[in-house]
Amino acid sequence: ASLSFTVGRSFLCRPVVPYSSVSNAMRRSLSSASPMSGSDASAEPNTDKLFTAEHEAMRSTLRRIIEQDINPYVDEWEAKEIFPAKQLFKKLGNAGLLGVTRPVEYGGLGLDYSYSVALAEEYGRVNCGGVPMAIGVQSDMATPALARFGSHELKEQFLRPSIAGDLVACLGVSEPTAGSDVASIKTTARRDGDDLVINGSKMWITSGMQADWMCLLANTEASVKDPYLSKSLICLPLDLPGVQRARKIRKIGMHSSDTAQLFFENVRVPASYLIGEPGQGFIYQMLQFQEERLFGAAANLLGLELIIQETAEYARQRKAFGQSLLDFQTVHFRLAELLTEVELLRSMVYRATAKYVAGNDVTMLASMAKLKAGRLVREVTDSCLQYWGGMGFTDEVRVSRFYRDGRLLSIGAGADEVMLSIICKYMRTLPKPPKK
Amino acid sequence: YIHIINKADMAASKGLKILVGCKRVIDYAVKVRVKPDRSGVVTEGVKHSMNPFDEIAVEEAVRMKEKKLAGEAVAISVGPPQSQETLRTALAMGIDRAIHVEIPLAQLEKLQPIHVSKLLAKVCESEKPDLVILGKQAIDDDCNQTGQMLAALLDWPQATFASKIEPSQDSKQLRVTREVDGGLETIDVSVPAVVTSDLRLNEPRYATLPNIMKAKKKPLAKMSPDQLGVDLQPRQEVISVEDPPVRKAGAKVESVEDLVGKLREKGLVK
Repeated sequence: ASLSFTVGRSFLCRPVVPYSSVSNAMRRSLSSASPMSGSDASAEPNTDKLFTAEHEAMRSTLRRIIEQDINPYVDEWEAKEIFPAKQLFKKLGNAGLLGVTRPVEYGGLGLDYSYSVALAEEYGRVNCGGVPMAIGVQSDMATPALARFGSHELKEQFLRPSIAGDLVACLGVSEPTAGSDVASIKTTARRDGDDLVINGSKMWITSGMQADWMCLLANTEASVKDPYLSKSLICLPLDLPGVQRARKIRKIGMHSSDTAQLFFENVRVPASYLIGEPGQGFIYQMLQFQEERLFGAAANLLGLELIIQETAEYARQRKAFGQSLLDFQTVHFRLAELLTEVELLRSMVYRATAKYVAGNDVTMLASMAKLKAGRLVREVTDSCLQYWGGMGFTDEVRVSRFYRDGRLLSIGAGADEVMLSIICKYMRTLPKPPKK
Repeated sequence: YIHIINKADMAASKGLKILVGCKRVIDYAVKVRVKPDRSGVVTEGVKHSMNPFDEIAVEEAVRMKEKKLAGEAVAISVGPPQSQETLRTALAMGIDRAIHVEIPLAQLEKLQPIHVSKLLAKVCESEKPDLVILGKQAIDDDCNQTGQMLAALLDWPQATFASKIEPSQDSKQLRVTREVDGGLETIDVSVPAVVTSDLRLNEPRYATLPNIMKAKKKPLAKMSPDQLGVDLQPRQEVISVEDPPVRKAGAKVESVEDLVGKLREKGLVK
């Protein structure tokens, strides 16, 4: 007699352990592979030259961590409106997942960006948007300038522990009066002897309630008129006097990610905490936007694919007017349209990644990918939610959470309108600013 | 003058040498489909991974190395070219080197445990491991034969369905706890021996990313069945493969009397 037993391994639990919600049960059977969509990069043998066996092996490791250490807890974290970043990032850090493209000297793997994209895609397997977003900030958004331009001491103090998962990082750019218009931020960091004194506030800071340190963008060069050359990036420990985590912002989605508003009143840091050259902060920040945008696009691909598959399975089971919902042509045709769009976006992400890895500037393609991703997530989740009917409107299914979480992509990490402006700049159709 | 020490020799001189078998199978989470011609199941374009019981075997070997009970751990896989990926996973988990016995596609479908155990026995003749750990069974065919057959071919002791492996009291043998129908059985086996892993032996680690990159550099040797002089002539012919019958709906009863009544109706009790 074989003893049926779960040690966090579900293979002896075939058939599926009963779950309270329909969509959970379907998600189990769809979790790793589906013969339905030959496009699931993890299902078919890798034919893309972009990803090697090592990329796939890393995705497997990440998949295990998602299945064991993340997904079982997502519902709880969404309800609590926070997730234990310190604990989770340590697990990810131990597996080597937080510094894939970072220098080996500081605990990273020194690999190229294609590895980040492969892992970003795998994060789409998480049952919410908040946790991958916070992980993305930790691994890809808060540290690129530090890794590239920071002093050795600064990297030892902030980069190494962030890669190891010992410190939680956040990125402090946006302010209550400045989101898309980064150049008009008001936070200052004025030189006073050997220190920088910081005054101002930051808004919409992902992981801001939990973070140990912030990569802060502030005005440092009072004498420089050009707003693009007057700012610097500073490593700011958040336990210093004068730092106030004013409130956790309540949002319509991304619940498990804590989003904070912070105030800084005469916060003192050593001037050596400034990353690279003073006045270059804005430029440094811009340099890594390509990666941030590709990450945002890549991270949603798998989630979109899975929600389309899940919706098809639901529609197959759901009966209406004597037949299965899926059999109505409008339903299966629409899902086919949506999947087509997802594959198109995937191709663009892979193409941009390949070009970037080869050393090219992919600002235009990355901006296009981000623009398309933000809009596609809204379109797919909205259409799919419709097919879930009343259930789609409840908290009991995954599509409603994806609908809420996905809305942020068109806003954060570069709003659609900013992406459009960038593309117009490349098309040379952007009007010149009015002469004063 | 640089004295180059052969790491493998150094490691092997202290502790057991372990050979671990890993098989590439259809991933446990995949919904397996029968081919329309009923000759087998669909494997094209379907996700494959290491047999879960073999992962447990690999993990045990790596743990024995970490505990210094073992000096060298070698992984072996008998299968198609893609079995190399399975071996790379083992290397990424901490195995030192790997051997791939490549089976041409034409013979792959007809490969049986008897063939695999003969191939493994041949490799044992040259590798001379102290301990062979295999998964108790593969999740595709559920045969549960290779370990037992291998032990018989080598005339070595076997300890199957292991839930614990440790040195015996006098440290000269291995004490293995086995999961059997009646409960747990503990036996001492002398080495060399064949042990097969059961579910509760350990919880396998996932390969960390740095180890995945390091695995690329670890040695992976290739062999063919011809080189090993093993005949792969099939002894069985699969007539057909079918889906299991669809489970019929049950019925709910209100009381024990009703239940007994229904059982009587169906002639299941007198």
